Amino acid sequence: MSETLMPLWEVFIRNRSGMPHKHCGSVHAADATMALHAARDVYTRRGESVSIWVTPSSAITASDPGDKDHLFEPTASKPYRHPTFYTVPDEVGHM
Amino acid sequence: MGLPTHEPRGAQLSMSAETAGRPGPAPHASAAALVPYVLGLADDALVLGHRLSEWSGRGPTLEEDIALSNLALDLIGQARLCYAYAGEIEGRGRDEDALAYWRDEHAYRNLLLLEQPNGDFAMTMVRHLLYAAFLDPYFKALSASADARLAEIGAKAAKEMAYHLRHAAEWVIRLGDGTEESRARTAAALEELWMYTGEMFEMEAGETALSAQGIAVDRGTIKPAWEATLARVLAEASLARPADRWMQRGGRAGQHSEHLGRLLAEMQVLHRAHPGASW
Repeated sequence: MSETLMPLWEVFIRNRSGMPHKHCGSVHAADATMALHAARDVYTRRGESVSIWVTPSSAITASDPGDKDHLFEPTASKPYRHPTFYTVPDEVGHM
Repeated sequence: MGLPTHEPRGAQLSMSAETAGRPGPAPHASAAALVPYVLGLADDALVLGHRLSEWSGRGPTLEEDIALSNLALDLIGQARLCYAYAGEIEGRGRDEDALAYWRDEHAYRNLLLLEQPNGDFAMTMVRHLLYAAFLDPYFKALSASADARLAEIGAKAAKEMAYHLRHAAEWVIRLGDGTEESRARTAAALEELWMYTGEMFEMEAGETALSAQGIAVDRGTIKPAWEATLARVLAEASLARPADRWMQRGGRAGQHSEHLGRLLAEMQVLHRAHPGASW
């Protein structure tokens, strides 16, 4: 099946109301409607889903794995960005 | 419906043991008409479900392969509910397996449309559209049946058939409105299968009586919805509705095309060779 006739679509499903959609895989389909059908048939057979999103894979802009040094490495030295870095006084109670 | 020529030995034994010395279960009030009616629903679902299962591992794409298997499983699930119910009201101790695996071709009551070979993908989708466009509104109507079990089956199956209809319709639209090749194949499938569509709307005497009691659905009342669905889908697919013609019939009376025998042979061989086998 040629990529032109049946391009790739990324599939996101939401498994419970209120939770965000999560990427779960991809399907080949001729258009958006058929991509939704394929996603439903392939990824929601065990009652996993209350909602499906599909988007053309070509519409996704991805970061370059070669850029990881300057994109992600600098955060390693900034532990103060984690909430667990701080001690919360007992008087504050539940946050 | 003819009597089965074979009965599983185990079923006969347990039946006679259970019924020995005490009365059997009280027969259902309208069992005489209800059993063949429910068996017809069951056979329709099983035969089409088995046909679709023949696509498993051979679908045009991985995605559609899984989709076809899902459709098959919906239908086989509907068949199981109907066989179980038919067995109960019949009261002869036949369970779903006995009804599915130990009745021969002439005892099968399915519509001729549903036993037609899969052909190419266009043929399979056209057959499915023709039937789902009927069964979706039919089960919606059956969900209001005066018979609680049939109403339950109708409500569950209606949701499944709504998706079947949508899936088959979307494919027929794309095939009809696709390439010269897909269009020609889809148009040919419509022409070839049209003569099997009349049987969907035929009522047997017992079924008419059940429909008068609010138990079965008058098939004639489904025709306008069926026509409207086909008109919409075929227009979008730029395909012409075939002209009405002489219609094939006889499936309900056990008079089948040459294709059902082979389907049943493949479907029943394992169970008949190893009665009661399970996995």
